[in-house]
Amino acid sequence: MSTSGNYYIPHKATWPVMVTIGLLLMLVGFANHLNGSTIGSTLMVLGLMVFLLMLAGWFTLQAIESESGMYNTQVGVSYRMGMMWFIFSEIMFFAVFFGTLWYTRNLVVPWLGGIGDGPGRSSHELWQSFEAMWPTNGPGEVGGDFEPMGAWGIPFFNTLILLTSGITCTWAHHGLLAKNRDQLLKGLMATVGLGFLFVSLQAFEYYEAYHDMGLTLGSGIYGSTFFMLTGFHGFHVCVGAIILSVVLFRSWKGHFTPENHFAFEAAAWYWHFVDVVWLGLFVFVYML
Amino acid sequence: MSAVVTEHDDHHDHGPEKGLLRWVFTTNHKDIGTLYLVFALAMFFVGGTMALIIRSELFQPGMQFVEPQFFNSMTTMHALVMVFGAVMPAFVGLANWMIPMMIGAPDMALPRMNNMSFWVLVAGVLLLASTLFMEGGAPASGWTLYPPLVLQTGNALPFAIFSVHLLGISSIMGAINIIATIFNMRAPGMTLMKMPLFVWTWLITAFLLIAVMPVFAGGVTMLLTDKFFDTSFFDAAGGGDPVLYQHIFWFFGHPEVYIMILPTFGVASTIIPVFARKPLFGYSSMVIATIGIAFLSFIVWSHHMFTVGMPMAGELYFMYATMMIAIPTGVKIFNWTATMWKGSMTFETPMLFSIAFVVLFTLGGFTGLMMALAPLDFQYHDTYFIVAHFHYTLVPASIFILQAAAYYWLPKWTGHMYNEKLAQLHFWLSAISVNILFFPQHFLGLAGMPRRIPDYAVQFADWNMISSIGAFIYGFSQLIFLYIVIQTIRQGTGEKVTDEVWEDAKKHGLEWHLPSPPPYHTFTTPPKVIPTEHI
Ligand code: HEM
Ligand SMILES: [Cu+2]
Repeated sequence: MSTSGNYYIPHKATWPVMVTIGLLLMLVGFANHLNGSTIGSTLMVLGLMVFLLMLAGWFTLQAIESESGMYNTQVGVSYRMGMMWFIFSEIMFFAVFFGTLWYTRNLVVPWLGGIGDGPGRSSHELWQSFEAMWPTNGPGEVGGDFEPMGAWGIPFFNTLILLTSGITCTWAHHGLLAKNRDQLLKGLMATVGLGFLFVSLQAFEYYEAYHDMGLTLGSGIYGSTFFMLTGFHGFHVCVGAIILSVVLFRSWKGHFTPENHFAFEAAAWYWHFVDVVWLGLFVFVYML
Repeated sequence: MSAVVTEHDDHHDHGPEKGLLRWVFTTNHKDIGTLYLVFALAMFFVGGTMALIIRSELFQPGMQFVEPQFFNSMTTMHALVMVFGAVMPAFVGLANWMIPMMIGAPDMALPRMNNMSFWVLVAGVLLLASTLFMEGGAPASGWTLYPPLVLQTGNALPFAIFSVHLLGISSIMGAINIIATIFNMRAPGMTLMKMPLFVWTWLITAFLLIAVMPVFAGGVTMLLTDKFFDTSFFDAAGGGDPVLYQHIFWFFGHPEVYIMILPTFGVASTIIPVFARKPLFGYSSMVIATIGIAFLSFIVWSHHMFTVGMPMAGELYFMYATMMIAIPTGVKIFNWTATMWKGSMTFETPMLFSIAFVVLFTLGGFTGLMMALAPLDFQYHDTYFIVAHFHYTLVPASIFILQAAAYYWLPKWTGHMYNEKLAQLHFWLSAISVNILFFPQHFLGLAGMPRRIPDYAVQFADWNMISSIGAFIYGFSQLIFLYIVIQTIRQGTGEKVTDEVWEDAKKHGLEWHLPSPPPYHTFTTPPKVIPTEHI
């Protein structure tokens, strides 16, 4: 906890309120859209734009302050703690969906199929002809016939992509620490590129699922868990890649020193977190 | 324990901005604390009005004032407003005001995010309140938002869900800020085991918040997709299960009740020693008990679901695990009692509320133990006994202690003394009426009156009428509190308070070494002496 000079306390923060307004507008728009109102989607897009612009303004301000040396080590520690606990909250968010997969697959579906002697088995009475199996779209065969997604095509390739991107990210970090600008930029570019490649392949996977395999978000519990888990993950990959792009841009502008590069570190942590979640997905959603 | 004088860096020490915008863009922990507290107080009256609507309808059997659907909207909205709009924000407000002053920090660790977490809270509550005016009415499923019932909500559903998301974001940002402040901003010498218990309990609470708010967010997200995007998470036809939602909700919900009670414990542990004029008994056991309660809170959630049809092993496990919570909680009760034992006590209003808290919270805890017994809970489940139980832990515990905190720290915040006579009147009216209000509900529940019901059999008439009378006395007594707070902010009794405010308070906390009111920026350089009396 070394303190050199005063802890920087900003005054008169305008960005946070603006970001909040954008967020609120976006959600009001989305809710209206879901309720079938025609202005909903316009409001939503407007809100999203306000949100992103204001967020960009906020982060620009932070970057300027950071580069002009206003943050001492103690401020840096606060930011790092903030990021760590934010990632923890994200872990808990994914845990719900993993938990849902586990619970439905190992308890609900067997109970529906009459396996086990818990009181939960009573659900079998409602669906007597149902036999427990996985994957399933449930006794009501919700969403009709579908083909489950295999592990060894695009998903396996995507695993390799994300693992490689984890390595290139670390390589870039080493470049930053060794003041090797070239390595830093190349490493980041590779990471961002691999990230977007991952997302594109996943988009293709979704396209196939919807058009050739009959597998949709509406394909009972298998489709629900599959798309919810991989969808939220894919969204996080997008966000991570965008953050890394910003870090790449800042590196190109000559920001960051071996001592002072919180933004880089935060982006890298986030990227590794997204990576680890994917490994969980690959094992529990695709392989098993 | 000699006095500490804080050195101020004069060119850095400027006052607040002028005008209303000061409050919109502020990053100052005291300003933001005030915003949170004022907002929470307003929501307390909004939620209280809804409670009085419920109690008016229940004054007599038969349908009197409101439609059943609206009645159920009222129970739902009352609970959501009280939990997410009043109690939680009030404690965040106290954390903002007090934690930096208690640990000798210049401000919260992440001041801009602090501003945002307040405004996101306001946005979330606005979304929630807007549902009252929508086609199909506000959500009427109870605050637990169980499917499939909640999926029948009209236009309000997506708004309520997004409101939960916003409230979650706000809480998580607030919690991250508090953790970073406590870990990173303590003055030199303020070791973890020297922190006041209020700081400790908030540290644990913040951890709980970060761990469970995302879980609730995930759960309601699945409600949203089940309703609008064809998923089958909570639909047996597709291989899902509505009971899954209950597991998710209570995995959040049980820690959530500790989120409301742990800071309560912390404030009580801060106030009682001062008025007993003794150090807190068993400081480290208090810390360990807090951690123990937080840990247990993650592994007991299905005690809310004894009747859903769990396997026997589940019933037994959740029953025993729940009963274990009585151990660390008992440690706390004994420690507070032992702190008062042979102390030279005086009974100013903060102390009165704290003592009432110890007694009445114990009562609420005992009914909790009764419900933890799975076979017995089949009788209590979803009856007014439950309502009585959790209100004993929320009103005479959380609310009483929040008001104790207000009386305790208002003189520090404003530099004015509150009117002690009026405050004692407020205390006695509250303490008596809260029992008239909630005690009879035990009898109603044991006799089988269901909760969340606008009409009831005539056999329940008498106790319901008494309970409603209690509710109105309690509700209107709170206007006295409002009056006292406003009066204290404006000029109080006119008597100028000292820095210490309470006799020998300096021994108990760093905040009493600061002037009353403290300057806009405190501890721009860390204080040198750390009070250790509470150890
Ligand atoms: C100020 C005095 C209060 C009164 C008179 C009051 C009264 C009530 C009443 C009459 C109900 C409805 C019970 C039913 O019919 O099912 C209720 C439900 C509830 N209240 Fe309160 N309440 C008060 C304070 C609080 C506070 C401070 C909190 C929380 C911090 C709270 C949390 C709840 C919850 C969680 C429910 C359950 C709602 C549901 O069934 O979903 N109450 N309250
Ligand atoms: Cu519980």
